[in-house]
Amino acid sequence: MMLRPRTDRQAGPASSARADKGLPPAARALLVLALLAVFAGLVLAVLSLSEPAPGLAAAVDERIDESGVSHPVTAVLLNFRGYDTLLELVVLVLAVMGAWSVGRARGCAGNVPGPLLRQLPRLMAPLMVLVAGYLLWVGAHAPGGAFQAGSLLGGVGILLCLSGYPLPGWANGPALRVSAVLGVAVFAALGVVAALLPGGAPLDWPPAQAKTLILTIELAAMLSIGVVLAALFAGGRP
Amino acid sequence: MTQPVFWALVGMALVVLALYALIVHAHLLRKVLALNVMSSGVFLVFIGLARRTPGEDVPMAADPVPQAMVLTGIVVAVAATGLALALIVRLRVLTGRTTLGDDTGD
Repeated sequence: MMLRPRTDRQAGPASSARADKGLPPAARALLVLALLAVFAGLVLAVLSLSEPAPGLAAAVDERIDESGVSHPVTAVLLNFRGYDTLLELVVLVLAVMGAWSVGRARGCAGNVPGPLLRQLPRLMAPLMVLVAGYLLWVGAHAPGGAFQAGSLLGGVGILLCLSGYPLPGWANGPALRVSAVLGVAVFAALGVVAALLPGGAPLDWPPAQAKTLILTIELAAMLSIGVVLAALFAGGRP
Repeated sequence: MTQPVFWALVGMALVVLALYALIVHAHLLRKVLALNVMSSGVFLVFIGLARRTPGEDVPMAADPVPQAMVLTGIVVAVAATGLALALIVRLRVLTGRTTLGDDTGD
């Protein structure tokens, strides 16, 4: 598909109307039938799953003491399957790079909030940062962790943007880029250090230091996730 | 039908419905919404089936591995949605269109 700047920008709605006329009824009926067949296949697949079901709950439970945390999901995310989480942070950085490469952000300074939205961030933003810190800490032994905390931080960014809250100049400078890649950088660096230890392997945390390492990584990951989500909301490079 | 299987079937119904919407609607924003509903359906399948396998020692505890994968998947889905929206905005700016179209008219 070719992307050409149109000379006549007003031609947009007319061409969308042309494309929106959709499928003919016969094709639609055929599509419904095909999708029903797909659904039937999926139902059969689920109903024919083996009993008793294989699973990794017992395997995780068996080695949870070596993971440094007591909540199994956090142990899986940051210890047993660390590569998933590391590469997921890479995906976040790639997404924000992609969004930044297609255009500039509209900017949040132009948003004129109503009376409620003008006051809300003053109350909510500090509270949300506090809850993010709590979620990060509690993730070691209960539901919580870097993802939930990072989403809250991203929410703080979105709230500040929507309310047109004036951010200091450095917030759009190198600090933004550094904190967007901080999670990947810290995670990868500690993973390499773990590999250099005697008998170590990449991302294989020694049980004695695992809790400290996981919290350090989660702190950096939380910052990165929050910054990336807020940057994606802004929609382009600052 | 056990509860995990029920939720897996609901998730699959969501996936199929979203697949229909993805094919039928031409507007890219609707396609992105359909992809989001579809990923939610996949997550529901994972979370539902995770409850299927309580370990011997941990009765009623769901398998943590699918849960961790869903947690990762949610963040990736949000990031992909953000990138897709940025691309749609760019497409609108460059061509004035919000559909992929067949390019024959251009």
